[in-house]
Amino acid sequence: MNERSYKADFPVFERYPDLAYLDNSATTQKPRAVLDAAARYYREENANPLRGLYELAVKATDAYENARIAVRDFIGAASEREIIFTRNASESLNLIAYSYGRANIREGDEILVTISEHHSNFLPWQILAKEKGARLKFLKCTESGEYTPEMLEKALTPRTRIFAAAQISNVFGRLNPIKEFAEICRRNGTLIVCDGAQSVPHIPVNVRELGVDFLAFSGHKMLAPMGIGVLYGREELLEKMPPFLYGGEMIEYVTLCGATFAELPHKFEAGTVNAGGAVGLHAAIDYINALGFDEIERRENALTAKLMNEIRNTPHVHITGSDDPDEHHGIVTFTIDDVHPHDVAAIFDEAGVAVRAGHHCAQPLHKFLNLQSTVRASVAFYNDEQDIERFSDCLKTIRKRMGYNE
Amino acid sequence: MSNFYNEILTDHNLHPVHKHELSCCSCTRDGVNPSCGDEITLNLRVEDGVITDGSFTGSGCAVSQASADIMLDLVIGRSTAEALRLHGIFMKMIRGEATDSELDELDEAGALSDISHMPARVKCAVLGWRTLNEMIS
Repeated sequence: MNERSYKADFPVFERYPDLAYLDNSATTQKPRAVLDAAARYYREENANPLRGLYELAVKATDAYENARIAVRDFIGAASEREIIFTRNASESLNLIAYSYGRANIREGDEILVTISEHHSNFLPWQILAKEKGARLKFLKCTESGEYTPEMLEKALTPRTRIFAAAQISNVFGRLNPIKEFAEICRRNGTLIVCDGAQSVPHIPVNVRELGVDFLAFSGHKMLAPMGIGVLYGREELLEKMPPFLYGGEMIEYVTLCGATFAELPHKFEAGTVNAGGAVGLHAAIDYINALGFDEIERRENALTAKLMNEIRNTPHVHITGSDDPDEHHGIVTFTIDDVHPHDVAAIFDEAGVAVRAGHHCAQPLHKFLNLQSTVRASVAFYNDEQDIERFSDCLKTIRKRMGYNE
Repeated sequence: MSNFYNEILTDHNLHPVHKHELSCCSCTRDGVNPSCGDEITLNLRVEDGVITDGSFTGSGCAVSQASADIMLDLVIGRSTAEALRLHGIFMKMIRGEATDSELDELDEAGALSDISHMPARVKCAVLGWRTLNEMIS
């Protein structure tokens, strides 16, 4: 296969040319185009956006608001008023729970969450349910991580106000039928909150096609700097929601005894914003668009298939979830008999392979699957076959390194 | 670094000598690393200020389990004061500050000296020692 080396676009591989970075679900590396765009903003356009009345402040505002428009187009939102910049997906999900949840959830209401949710799309609902006397219920998956529309229909009741689900699970890598879920929720009068942290970077996502009420994702998992994230919400919902944080540049008028709040989206963006991060996210979107999701998916699916094949050909190693590489979207979670995942990760580290070990912020799922912790390898388009070979060469030695002779 | 998972460590992990229940122990204490799930229960029998027997039970990574086993090898038969002194040396080793003669005193526990270059694993290696220190100090 004569493939272009995308690693040349990522300066981190100049410093670590042999690193097999397989922890892309945790965060991706950053291409030069993103690093340069963020640096250029601070060198040439920096002022406090939205406030100033001078040329540089206008430039800063334009840079920040152009990033919002890029996000709007990237996920197919109807209006830039529906795009709220946050720090990350976790903050976006907390914003919904704190703002929408506190204003609308009452005693006896039900909130339905999938058992495989990341803690970020689980804890805010757990806290909200406790505070309001609502009931938190779980949608359980099959052993291979599948959720079907029928399973959701059975779990919904007339009291279900919110259904929270990831589009792609950060443990199974499985794509959930969010479009069907959204349709079922709409018929039931239930809001659907979609965690897109693992999907938006890897597959085309269009919020209007999906029909979701809210979508949360992080910039840093899609080539952008850390500290910039997005909350998409349907405009009519956001309009009615109270602010989440209070402070600068989110007001219309303030007196000693009250205030009226700014228009969307600024109502939800109190304080000085992360303009450099937003500009970096804009550059990341441009990079992804130039590359195209066809190419991204083609490369990631091929690497996932190779990765799973190597794992399957190694005795004593077990993949969590589906046997079908097409159901993994770059995420392969596994265990090795009698070797603790932290030891596995440490041995991989010695071999220059970066993988994640632990519960991946999904403790309820690990308990449900009867696993204490697992190892996760996750690919991005810039990984190559050598990365998978380095992973595989090391994988085959691990049991022996730990003293098992077979 | 490349020999961190050496025979001493893997042997104590696969074939621990002291990993069992201990009847009529004089004190017992749980140690947990919540973020990674390592957990041990340390049991000691202390008579006239001397650790006459000890054991541990639990689950976790090889580093946490082997380190607890090696530690018990070292402290059984010693006074609690002596065990506390060895705890101090072990912690110095973790910080990369122990002298060669101090490392000699740690015997097989010295096999974990590379942990000073692996900040993510320090809490695994010290779990047993930290629990011991909480019990006898």
